[in-house]
Amino acid sequence: MTTEQIVKALGLKVYTTGDMTTREVTGGYVSDLLSDVMGHAKEGEVWITLQSHANVVAIASLKELAAILLVKGVEPDKAVREKAEEEGIPLLGTVEDTFIITGRLFQLMSKK
Amino acid sequence: MNIYWADLHIHTVLSPCGDLEMSPGNIVEKAAAMGLDIIAVTDHNHTGHARLTRELGARKGIWVVYGAEINTREEVHCLTFFDTDEQLNAFQLEMERNFVKIPNDSSLFGCQVIVDEQEHIVEEVSHSLYPGLNWVIEEAAGVVHDLGGLFVPAHVDRPMNGLYSQLGFFPDDLEADAVEISRHTSREAAEKEHPELKQYMLIQNSDAHFMDDIGRAGNRYMMKSRKFSESRMALKGEQGRSVLEI
Repeated sequence: MTTEQIVKALGLKVYTTGDMTTREVTGGYVSDLLSDVMGHAKEGEVWITLQSHANVVAIASLKELAAILLVKGVEPDKAVREKAEEEGIPLLGTVEDTFIITGRLFQLMSKK
Repeated sequence: MNIYWADLHIHTVLSPCGDLEMSPGNIVEKAAAMGLDIIAVTDHNHTGHARLTRELGARKGIWVVYGAEINTREEVHCLTFFDTDEQLNAFQLEMERNFVKIPNDSSLFGCQVIVDEQEHIVEEVSHSLYPGLNWVIEEAAGVVHDLGGLFVPAHVDRPMNGLYSQLGFFPDDLEADAVEISRHTSREAAEKEHPELKQYMLIQNSDAHFMDDIGRAGNRYMMKSRKFSESRMALKGEQGRSVLEI
């Protein structure tokens, strides 16, 4: 399943597209502690978080994550969007909270 | 140059986690007994005990630096220091504009009281001082610097509320005047794990929440006199001023 298919199925907001049309998503990771994500998230995962600091983009790039999904309507500021654009990372959003959106993504990915 | 012993991270009873014994009066007494020359009371997101502590400290020959330990939107704890009453008032107002106002339940989180010299309660802060202020860390540093203060990420090595736990790595454009490491690590260990810390003066403080913690850690500041401008130079290692380990 590509990032774009997930965006469509869950009705996510797209702040930056990155490589979302081609990127295969392998799973998800949920954490707001960036040190934890650096240590434990795996390549190809969608990272679900409420942290919108610019470091989020750098870590997603470092770990080769498929996308960053910001919850609860948190909007990334301009600098963060620009950084995501530069790094080619899809930066996505939802108004749902972490529990709900994680459940939906898990359900969606379990069908395949 | 003179050498001054300083502990710049002490919580009073105003911090929800600060012990009830931690009144400005008791803190100053203990600091004097420990031989401290300089202290700062750094309550979470509030400066309510700064002035009284400075007054009481002056009587004992202790210089009290104004400050607070703020919590940013990313929940990174950062020490902030100020020189004058004007700066302190302005910073308190800035914080109040950026509070997330959640009522404090003192039975769960501890009481948040401001006391006078006789230890009578003069005010109880009703909203919780725990949540992050509505500032990303770089914004917080900007507010502090615009007012002429000093900005020092606190206990960066701690597994919670430290810069590295919350942000993974040191942001490129964060303007820190120095960096605090906790008393549970050493300069060598911190610099080995995070080589970028070598470019900062590293300070260690007690982060006291209880009387017995005061002065348990600190630094020797090599400066001409106990002035804010001197401490700024010491934190930046300028003009022969410096911060030495104990």
